Amino acid sequence: MNKSEPLGRKLDLRSGRVDLSHGSGGRAMARLVADVFHKAFDNEFLRAGNDQSVFDIGGGRMVMTTDGYVVSPLFFPGGDIGDLAVNGTINDIAMAGAKPLYMSASFILEEGFPLADLARIAQSMGDASRAANVPIITGDTKVVEHGKADGVFISTACVGVVPPGLYLSGDQARPGDVILLSGSIGDHGVAVMSKRENLSFETQVLSDTAALHDLVAVMVEAAGASIRLMRDPTRGGLAATLNEIAHQSRVGIRIDEASILVRPQVAAACELLGLDPLFVANEGKLVVFVAPEAADKLLAAMRAHPLGGDAARIGAVIEDDHCFVQMTTAFGGGRIVDWLSGEQLPRIC
Amino acid sequence: MKHVDEYRDGNLARGIARRIAVEARTERSYRFMEFCGGHTHAISRYGVEDLLPANIRMIHGPGCPVCVLPMGRVDDAIALAKRPEVTLCVYGDLMRVPGSNGSSLLKAKAAGADIRMVYSTLDAIKIAENEPARQLVFFAIGFETTTPPTAMAVRLAQKKRLTNFSIFCNHVLTPSAIQKILQAGDPDAVEIDGFIGPAHVSTIIGTTPYQRFATEFHKPVVVAGFEPLDVAQAILMLVRQVNEGRAEIENQYIRAVSAEGNRKAQAEIADIFELRESFEWRGLGEIPRSALRLREPYAQFDAERRFAIVTRPARDNPACECGAILRGSKRPQQCKLFGGACTPETPMGACMVSSEGSCAAYWAYGRFRDRETASRKAVVS
Repeated sequence: MNKSEPLGRKLDLRSGRVDLSHGSGGRAMARLVADVFHKAFDNEFLRAGNDQSVFDIGGGRMVMTTDGYVVSPLFFPGGDIGDLAVNGTINDIAMAGAKPLYMSASFILEEGFPLADLARIAQSMGDASRAANVPIITGDTKVVEHGKADGVFISTACVGVVPPGLYLSGDQARPGDVILLSGSIGDHGVAVMSKRENLSFETQVLSDTAALHDLVAVMVEAAGASIRLMRDPTRGGLAATLNEIAHQSRVGIRIDEASILVRPQVAAACELLGLDPLFVANEGKLVVFVAPEAADKLLAAMRAHPLGGDAARIGAVIEDDHCFVQMTTAFGGGRIVDWLSGEQLPRIC
Repeated sequence: MKHVDEYRDGNLARGIARRIAVEARTERSYRFMEFCGGHTHAISRYGVEDLLPANIRMIHGPGCPVCVLPMGRVDDAIALAKRPEVTLCVYGDLMRVPGSNGSSLLKAKAAGADIRMVYSTLDAIKIAENEPARQLVFFAIGFETTTPPTAMAVRLAQKKRLTNFSIFCNHVLTPSAIQKILQAGDPDAVEIDGFIGPAHVSTIIGTTPYQRFATEFHKPVVVAGFEPLDVAQAILMLVRQVNEGRAEIENQYIRAVSAEGNRKAQAEIADIFELRESFEWRGLGEIPRSALRLREPYAQFDAERRFAIVTRPARDNPACECGAILRGSKRPQQCKLFGGACTPETPMGACMVSSEGSCAAYWAYGRFRDRETASRKAVVS
């Protein structure tokens, strides 16, 4: 998207398809970049038409992340690969307690991909980036032959600044810390699965895809340096996130199943498919580990925010050399919540 | 989730647990086998054992279809899938089951074999119809629960005159395996005081086929649902039978299971399938008359005949204790391989293969109870 002068034939955004010329660096590519990406992402940086963008960040520590999106299907209830890419990347920055500033987007397009779909995805990225106030200021486009990619792959990067005095990291959890979860789990994974080709079932579950940096800003204001770490439980779900943190911090974690919100439709879909919601992906939720004395204040602040209305205290950090994540089941027993072994596969019976 | 949550109610569970604690006699022990992987999974996932007094021990049985599938049959399926003309359709949890030399369907798929995960036999039929140039093989597996859907697919393929559809039949029978466990003649085998009978299997076969375990072997059987409260209640019913010296077939799962079962499904199975003389069960060895194959009139839908499959036996690691674990004479943590060479990532034996296997369930949900084993091996690094 670094060509400022739209040339080449007009794109047929209704029934046209991506072809190899759209990645050739010539006029067709300039047209695609201008008509699809610049139009959707429009901002002063892109209008400058350079291969990079220059910006001020002020003082302080910076944070940077990069992410890739290959979700299938591309469109799912509650979102698409476009807003998922923007929100997911912003969230990676936000989990450092940081304010995200600018992002980049790079597209690998498969020859034959409908331009209408591409325009729709670009539009939803533009909308998400405007809503989050994090402009997409540079990018790249490549086209690969049919069969070498699956429609569209998106790579992103994002930079942000960390407020002074904040050092959030996965190795900061310590025994006694309280664990809060910002809302229900499993929504995104179930929404995506409901539209998989060989598994279509009717559901009203929408992906929870959302940019969490505004919620994070509120949380940082409420609890500041009492916050040890935050993480968004995406792939692998809440279970993977808690296991990662337990191992990074060399602590044990104990959670209470009854306190973890799973919407009835999500629970029903998981029941049907033999999946455990603890392992299902989320795209608009976060877990936060906080010093016990600040937990109530932080929870209240989260609940006052639209993205944290269902926030709850789900457990605590304990001493444990084995770094187990243990759960008191709603049934009254105990169990480990382990990492997944590979992908969660549905059970036969 | 109405009609599910009620069966996971913690307060009711504590009520049943109190009854069990009151009625279980302190001067004796109780060893019950839950045959089905579904029960094993429920017990582990909900922590049912934490509600039981120390003198009640649950022995996790072999009722997990992917666990007891012998490696040789996995090798057969991989060989089938590697044929260029074949599309192999499988249920998801078969993908990771290890064959010989560390092979699996998941790896074969990555290497280019056309293997597709399906949720229903009807999906496989649909693929066969949509892709007439492909030879579609459905990897049929499971106990009596999943046999009727396979039968239905064969019936449908016959009606639609599909010439590119066949099944690789690995359906096995529950009562034969229970009988094998009771007759094992293993001097180390613990005495089993009673069985929790299968839930879904019993919706098809009813409760009558278990009668001989009560009359011939004097073992109580309580058929129970797969929810944790079902299991807890079944344990209470078994304790009562043992205390009263009874050995009866009782049905806790009356909301789904009748004495005679699903007659229509039984008739369809009988029409399409016949008993094999013998079939190998991973961990239990050869069991006579314990598995099904297609009858002669349906031979055209039999992948074993169509592709002339001859299963070669493949041996598990000799240190694997699955057999002893399945018979209840050893616990998972007593196996030398457990947690080291054998984990859910690299299963060596039947019990670690699926989350319903006793070793996998213990590893995934229960190993915090046994710190020593866990520390013996680095957990996940």
